[in-house]
Amino acid sequence: MSEKKFGVTVRVWRQAGPGEKGRMESYEVKGVDPDMSFLEMLDVLNEDLVRRGETPIAFDSDCREGICGCCGLVVNGDVHGPDEHSTVCQLHMRRFKDGDVITVEPWRVKSFPVLKDLVVDRSSLDRIMAAGGYVSVDTGAAPDANSVPVDKDDAEEAMDAAACIGCGACVAACPNGAAMLFTGAKISQLALLPQGGPEKAKRALDMVEAMDAEGFGNCTNEYECEAVCPKEVKVANIARMNREFLLANFLSKR
Amino acid sequence: MKLDARIPAGPIEKKWDKHRFDLKLVNPSNKRRFDIIVVGSGLAGAGAAASLGELGYNVKVFTMHDSPRRAHSIAAQGGINAAKNYPNDGDSVWRLFHDTVKGGDYRAREANVYRLAQVSNGIIDHCVALGVPFAREYGGLLANRSFGGAQLSRTFYARGQTGQQLLLGAYSAMMRQVAAGTVKVFPRREMTELVIKDGRARGIIARDLVTGKLESHAGHAVLLCTGGYANVFYLSTNAATCNVSAAWAAYRKGAGFANPCFTQIHPTCIPRSGDHQSKLTLMSESLRNDGRVWVPRNRGDRRSPGSIPEEERDYFLERRYPAFGNLVPRDIASRAAKTEVDAGKGVGPTGQSVYLDFRDSIARKGEDKIRAEYGNLFDMYHQITDENGYRTPMRIYPAPHYTMGGLWVDYDLMTTVPGLFALGEANFSDHGANRLGASALMQGLADGFFVIPYTLGGYLAGNRLEAAADSDPEFRRAADESGLKFKRLLSVKGKKTPSEFHRRLGEVMWNECGMARNEAALKRALVKIPEIREEFRENLAVGGGAEELNQTLERAGKVADFLDFAELLVRDALERRESCGGHFREESCTPEGEAKRDDAGFSHAAVWEHAGEGKAPLLNKEALTFEHIKPSERSYK
Repeated sequence: MSEKKFGVTVRVWRQAGPGEKGRMESYEVKGVDPDMSFLEMLDVLNEDLVRRGETPIAFDSDCREGICGCCGLVVNGDVHGPDEHSTVCQLHMRRFKDGDVITVEPWRVKSFPVLKDLVVDRSSLDRIMAAGGYVSVDTGAAPDANSVPVDKDDAEEAMDAAACIGCGACVAACPNGAAMLFTGAKISQLALLPQGGPEKAKRALDMVEAMDAEGFGNCTNEYECEAVCPKEVKVANIARMNREFLLANFLSKR
Repeated sequence: MKLDARIPAGPIEKKWDKHRFDLKLVNPSNKRRFDIIVVGSGLAGAGAAASLGELGYNVKVFTMHDSPRRAHSIAAQGGINAAKNYPNDGDSVWRLFHDTVKGGDYRAREANVYRLAQVSNGIIDHCVALGVPFAREYGGLLANRSFGGAQLSRTFYARGQTGQQLLLGAYSAMMRQVAAGTVKVFPRREMTELVIKDGRARGIIARDLVTGKLESHAGHAVLLCTGGYANVFYLSTNAATCNVSAAWAAYRKGAGFANPCFTQIHPTCIPRSGDHQSKLTLMSESLRNDGRVWVPRNRGDRRSPGSIPEEERDYFLERRYPAFGNLVPRDIASRAAKTEVDAGKGVGPTGQSVYLDFRDSIARKGEDKIRAEYGNLFDMYHQITDENGYRTPMRIYPAPHYTMGGLWVDYDLMTTVPGLFALGEANFSDHGANRLGASALMQGLADGFFVIPYTLGGYLAGNRLEAAADSDPEFRRAADESGLKFKRLLSVKGKKTPSEFHRRLGEVMWNECGMARNEAALKRALVKIPEIREEFRENLAVGGGAEELNQTLERAGKVADFLDFAELLVRDALERRESCGGHFREESCTPEGEAKRDDAGFSHAAVWEHAGEGKAPLLNKEALTFEHIKPSERSYK
């Protein structure tokens, strides 16, 4: 708080619309406060652009506390920026210094087409969810919540997987553009809980099929996804997904 | 405006059962012929879409986000209440009902609250079945904790991410219906107008936020599940895009707006650091279970907290409310903090905060224990402030968090516009003048999963609905109105951004209509708000066009509606010359400075009716009667 305000140069990807040619553009941002968040710095820049009659930089963000999963930028080559296991909305300008040149790019993934500037279309992840990321139970049909005890460790592990915010950072960080951490996390969560048991084979087959149909790549054990995941979802979930998938194939009635 | 709450007759325990029996049913094979429009995909919206889809209705869900899973319900941390009484500590449906009515300071409708308590247990059952990974004990059964304002443990939780896990549960149930073909999701759409035909809500106009195109969507009923309006204060714990626009569009088309002045200021937020601040971050009030709130006894004491000796600290909540101490309800904790700050005892660089100190808990339980329970909150605090909450007390200050007011609804959750329903935070029904912790998630899911599937069927089966189509002139007119609104915003070509106006509005609202309100300040606000609005009309800068992805235009539309709505909120606060719950009028307090209700004058819901552009809104009243929970002074001493 006692530190002085400073200035940075932001090099940012500009693209007018889907399928259009984009380019990097540079902007000076002055009066940066170390307590500002990174996105607030972009807000300040955008306010300036609007006042000058220029087109502001489009980017997605909403909760600004790392839980909604809207935001996602590549900052100086780092997915979600330099801080470990956090979203870019949680990044603060105290991580930078006067005169820094900061490169800002969108997720670069075939299955997440750019809509404008830094905004990408991640609806492919919703389609994977629709393929089986649920337990088929109608409202009102459930037995008493305590009728099925769940092993505490299993419940904790399911929660670790369920913490995924669907931001797509795992895909953006993967050299193959794989969505296996995302998909594996959901398959794991529901496979670990007795409630998800009856459908687990079908779920694994259907979600993997949907994932492949969306054009996501395959896992080659780079571990980049786990390294950038804001919620520290572990690659063990991918291993579990593969086990569930193999088992499902082996035992499949299809 | 006719306000008929249509509360079923009979004893309160039997009302809902009887009503469910009395409601007409839609033939199962006819359900697919009904198109239901759901705006918003939070707990209420996703829950409604899922359960209506399961029944076979044809549901269209609109969300302004890129995915329905982003709705702001996701940010709720602490938990969800239910009357399960698993801990055997004396809970019951009746006690949850009692606590909610009392916590709301006797400004909610008894019948609705009773139903909420009644269906609360089913929510937990259903969410467990959906695979929500709630916290569990070693025996494998569900864990409970106590939460602000409750003296028993009825709160279910999933670490500090209960809202996220419940939303993902409701979202997954909805995605199952997407796969089944009963639900269609329209992402990146914003509702801009409500369409009324023959006196009934028959559809909406939505703007495609990628192309900017305006779309018409016709249906047999419209469900607004669009959340609250705390962003009228600019800085709040709400996500940046939370807004009042859909509810405001409904109000302008005839839906009554109830108790807009009932806003909740949450006591444990991270204080603002500067003008650049875009939102405030809440830290779960579960922190108050182990943290002690204090300020220096002497005003202007600028010493570091560690060097202020015990006898020079004022643990003001423990001092003023010995029975509840640091666990008093949100409104009381917030006002007490403001009192200390106003007396010049605030701490931190701006003097606008109080300490939340874990020193004693760490000494008693050990740092590891505290880390296990609240580690993620300490990390979050560190990330934002660069301070270590284990070594030095956290600094907290209240911030707008939730809005109890909203569209007026009857027992069926229907607004004063036939066919228009409001669910979750968007309605006014269950929390009165103050919401208890962990009750918002409960209400959103109760409305979506367990109330609307019945009451909507009753409406559809009980009324003859004429045909309505996207091509009807009513839709074209509404689309033209929307188009004109965006054109006007773009044509000003002034010098100030939408955010600059929003920030100014927020300052007025926080200073003149915030935690403590008085007649003079509210009247000042009624002068200042139109001034800002006037300048907004003359000096707004937006840039770009209407038919493209234009986030500045989206923001301008929201700010325009907040500027109109803010005036209604202030007017309501001025009209309610009593203190109750989150609404504190300085003119109405006890000699000790505690809030004083005026049951003779204000035991009603104030329901505002749009009287036309430029005309003063009309005030209608729904009298509230309390047959079961006798209004008493809410004392937490």
